[in-house]
Amino acid sequence: MESLSLKKDFPVFDQNDIAYLDTAATSLTPRSVIGKLTDYYNNYSANVHRGVYRLSHEATELYNATREATARFINAEFEEIVFTRGASSALNLVAFGYGLSNLNPGDEIIISELEHHSNFLPWQQVAKKTGAKVVYVPLSEEGRIEVEAFASVLNENTKIVALTHVSNVMGYITPIKAITELAHSQNAVVCVDAAQSAPHLQIDVKEIDCDFLAFSSHKMLGPKGLGVLYGKKKRLENMEPVEYGGDMVETASKDGSTWQAPPLKFETGTPPIASVVAFFEALRYLQNIGFVALKEHEQRLKKYVLDAFSNIESVKVYNPTSETGMVTFNIEGVHPHDVVTVLDEDNIALRAGHHCAQPLMQWLGVVATLRASFYVYNTLEDCDRLIESVKKAVTFFKEAGL
Amino acid sequence: MNRLENLYRKIIMDHYKNPRNKGLTDDTRYKQEHIKNPSCGDDVTIQSFVEDGVVKDIRHDGSGCSICCSSASVLSVLLKDRPVKEALAFSENYTKMIANQPYDETLEFEDALAYQGVRKFPARTKCATIAWKAFESTVKVEDNDE
Ligand SMILES: Cc1ncc(COP(=O)(O)O)c(C=O)c1O
Repeated sequence: MESLSLKKDFPVFDQNDIAYLDTAATSLTPRSVIGKLTDYYNNYSANVHRGVYRLSHEATELYNATREATARFINAEFEEIVFTRGASSALNLVAFGYGLSNLNPGDEIIISELEHHSNFLPWQQVAKKTGAKVVYVPLSEEGRIEVEAFASVLNENTKIVALTHVSNVMGYITPIKAITELAHSQNAVVCVDAAQSAPHLQIDVKEIDCDFLAFSSHKMLGPKGLGVLYGKKKRLENMEPVEYGGDMVETASKDGSTWQAPPLKFETGTPPIASVVAFFEALRYLQNIGFVALKEHEQRLKKYVLDAFSNIESVKVYNPTSETGMVTFNIEGVHPHDVVTVLDEDNIALRAGHHCAQPLMQWLGVVATLRASFYVYNTLEDCDRLIESVKKAVTFFKEAGL
Repeated sequence: MNRLENLYRKIIMDHYKNPRNKGLTDDTRYKQEHIKNPSCGDDVTIQSFVEDGVVKDIRHDGSGCSICCSSASVLSVLLKDRPVKEALAFSENYTKMIANQPYDETLEFEDALAYQGVRKFPARTKCATIAWKAFESTVKVEDNDE
């Protein structure tokens, strides 16, 4: 992949000479997406679904075009795509829309210690409200979710399986298709957190056969504050809304009301129209690159960094075998916040902290880690900058006596 | 001195490696405050023992970066044996100093003066102030009890 020409597509680099290595938190935004955002406000700015006049009709068509493109992106149907505020919001919708009304005392929800708080806390809360029990897949020695371990906790009480597709800290890919098949053999419903997979892997919901799948626009070049919930048609039809109001209602009367069919049933109020409309461009941008080329590119960068890190004695990498473009590491004896300040001085942006995955930090036995994540705009030069700066931090803190 | 050396002063690193007054006590005369910064995981507990309006002892424990952990040690030395009012004046002015606001420069900040370097690193000001915030609550609780 000609990385250098891609950097030009991202206006953030016009103003900032940064090595941006924090895509797992949020991606940068290409010019075409920004252009579409302003195009909506400049030329439409009307509401969707409501007006019969031309502008509103055109805005609705653009909005629906993104729904159609999103459906095609993951091999789903138009009515199976619900727009939400983000992956968090989508996962909460499944937990409170589906979980709350389908779980009973004694039922079990299978999650894992790899989960982002957004696929952990909603289930913990719903379990508390329903008397269901949260069960954890025991992780492998490397910290992976494996099929055998999953099978060991699956039983006839399992009603919901909610697992991450790609861990936002380790970058491991969960064997979700095999897990889904097993889960379905016990009639459990499968909800996949695809926030870290949708940006990097080709997803086919028909092949996985999961019941729900959630992801965020902002981690895949799209606008912030927008997410997607895929749900099988039958599941969405039987799921309760969590929010009630305009647009989601079919008929409202004093004697009772009825709801629209999905997806509108779950999209009350005026949605983030500009963001939805612009997300179309993000999908197009990714499709133009292609997931095969993207993976190759990310792997090349990751391998380059791993090779260099293996020659720095005090750098500990937690996920050397990961299949995706994510390197999670620490400098031994130095808190990641101290390291990240040194990197920040060299204009390298990467994440230090618990990555909204405190159970995993406990599993790893660390308070926090550093995480470098790679995406379309990163280059080998970014990697060199990271490696040099990490070396500098090692020396600096060694001299400081740590 | 470059920016990094100015941030990670020798005094700070010394308090980080050899913390003074570290370790909590079960003594119920101590008031305790635990603060956690959810975004970064810094986690500090401060205990102080106040008698006759004077801070007789300060203990601390926790985990976090060098700036956070060392500042708990520094304040435990600086504020010990000071009247509560004076200790709070230090705390208030320290916070202003870190925030790059005008503060009372006549106060003898001793080792705490080393944290001036943090002013150039706005992303780290929380690290430098979290222990002080915890300390303030331990002595303010005492006020309410009186
Ligand atoms: C695995 C995973 N799940 C869920 C989320 C939440 O996404 P959002 O913040 O867009 O709701 C994230 C992102 O932080 C994530 O990495």
